[in-house]
Amino acid sequence: MDLYAQNIIEHYKQPRNHGRLAEPKISGKQMNRSCGDQLAVDLRIKDDQIEDLKFEANGCAISVAAMSILSEKLIGQNITEVLAINYQSLLDMLGLPVGERRYKCVLLGLITVQNIILAEQKNPLRTWDDLM
Amino acid sequence: MNKIRSLFPILETKINDRPLVYFDNAATTQKPQVMIDALVDFYQKHNSNIHRGLNPLADRATEMHEATREKVAKFINAKNKKEIVFTRNTTESINLVAKTYGQHFLKAGDKVVLSILEHHSNIVPWLQLKKEIGIELVFITLDPEGNLDLKQAKELISQAGVKFLSLQMASNTLGNVHEISDLIKLAQSKGIKVLLDAAQVIAHQKIDVQNLGANFVAFSAHKMFGPTGVGVLYAGEELLKEMPEFLGGGDMIADVFLDHFTLNELPHKFEAGTPNIADVVAYGATIDFVNDFGLDQIAKIEKELTEYLLQQLQNLDFVEIYGPQIVENHLSSLAFNLKNVHAHDVGDLLGEAGIILRAGQHCTQPLHDFLQVPATVRASLAFYNTKEEIDIFIRELEKINQKFI
Repeated sequence: MDLYAQNIIEHYKQPRNHGRLAEPKISGKQMNRSCGDQLAVDLRIKDDQIEDLKFEANGCAISVAAMSILSEKLIGQNITEVLAINYQSLLDMLGLPVGERRYKCVLLGLITVQNIILAEQKNPLRTWDDLM
Repeated sequence: MNKIRSLFPILETKINDRPLVYFDNAATTQKPQVMIDALVDFYQKHNSNIHRGLNPLADRATEMHEATREKVAKFINAKNKKEIVFTRNTTESINLVAKTYGQHFLKAGDKVVLSILEHHSNIVPWLQLKKEIGIELVFITLDPEGNLDLKQAKELISQAGVKFLSLQMASNTLGNVHEISDLIKLAQSKGIKVLLDAAQVIAHQKIDVQNLGANFVAFSAHKMFGPTGVGVLYAGEELLKEMPEFLGGGDMIADVFLDHFTLNELPHKFEAGTPNIADVVAYGATIDFVNDFGLDQIAKIEKELTEYLLQQLQNLDFVEIYGPQIVENHLSSLAFNLKNVHAHDVGDLLGEAGIILRAGQHCTQPLHDFLQVPATVRASLAFYNTKEEIDIFIRELEKINQKFI
């Protein structure tokens, strides 16, 4: 299977849930300096559920497409479920044949979202390794 | 051309059933069979620890190890082999200077001049020294053409309090070779010590340390077709004598007592512990290889490749090239981006097609911040590359661009 399948390139060119949310929201930023990806995410959480999510990204096709696909799955999800997602379950969700060298690209969106929630809960933030 | 390629066995390798096109020579060069043979030969016939063995095998290994030191000294025209310190790599060579000369001779408020093009290995050791003793760092930036801003550089070097100038000889990202001889002269006239990072140029142009006039020159064996794990620091004998030792342990000492120790002679004072003997020996064979082939010949072939690569990339309207688009004073290395595709995607897709190069920031984050690009793709060629490989590379770039339209 092709990592750069047509749907990945479509998500990259037209990411779903792209943009910024109006207040009230909680926000977070993350960089993957090894390739220069930058991501900013806004969340609105109500009754422990992600009610809405928007993001802005300057990154590679894999990181942007992964965030785009993830965003569609996360809206409406309970935050406990969101925090339970790890690298493997994310790969299953995305259906992407990602190799070791691109794992940070895939994880960028997830780690950003989880750390926004963890920061709000005043819990320790996750590292890349925590998600592997 | 096939004759050159046949000297480097890895060039027969396939990636995903496609011939390897190796365009990542600025990261590390490939290795000739003669170097690989020397490494195997050492372990098969001569392996022993060196310097204090007092046995014939140790004598032989010591002689082979020290023969390379002599070859390095001749290769860069040092006055004698005491001026050649072996390290693990260029990074360690620069660290050695920052942590011995810098720690001992610099003080709070002293200024060290660097450029924003420097590899992280020529920034971080100085940032560490800033944290430890409070030196100040000042950075030369680029002129509009993408060259080192020489006018600004002269002003910065002329400031009060400048004690050290540490510069790369060529950009490992943009590939341009800097015109720094005037800067070195200016620094020397003011008693400012100069370190040159020669990692990128060592396999491409003749280095004459006496002519350069720098106090320190650092480079790595693996970027000139030699083994990994061997770096060189050149410094004049008097300066090395004045400098405090680096790491402590065997070989760097003359005598050890329970309350003090005395130092070994140069250059061993800076080489604690069992060195990378076999790789140093193999590096000797590499220097012979480069001398036999001729740096002039290497440079001539690479210039033709650079010209062709630049031309072919300039023909692609979807490609943006960074840095000066010149052939003279330029290594066979270019940084670029596809306008609609992130560098990492380009690198990944080229890799799948057997074209190996680097996408990212090439250990130059400050330069990428200055250029305001998150990442670039870098194609860096060596004399064993061919125009046919450049054609394959250009065709793949066109395919990648098509995929993202």
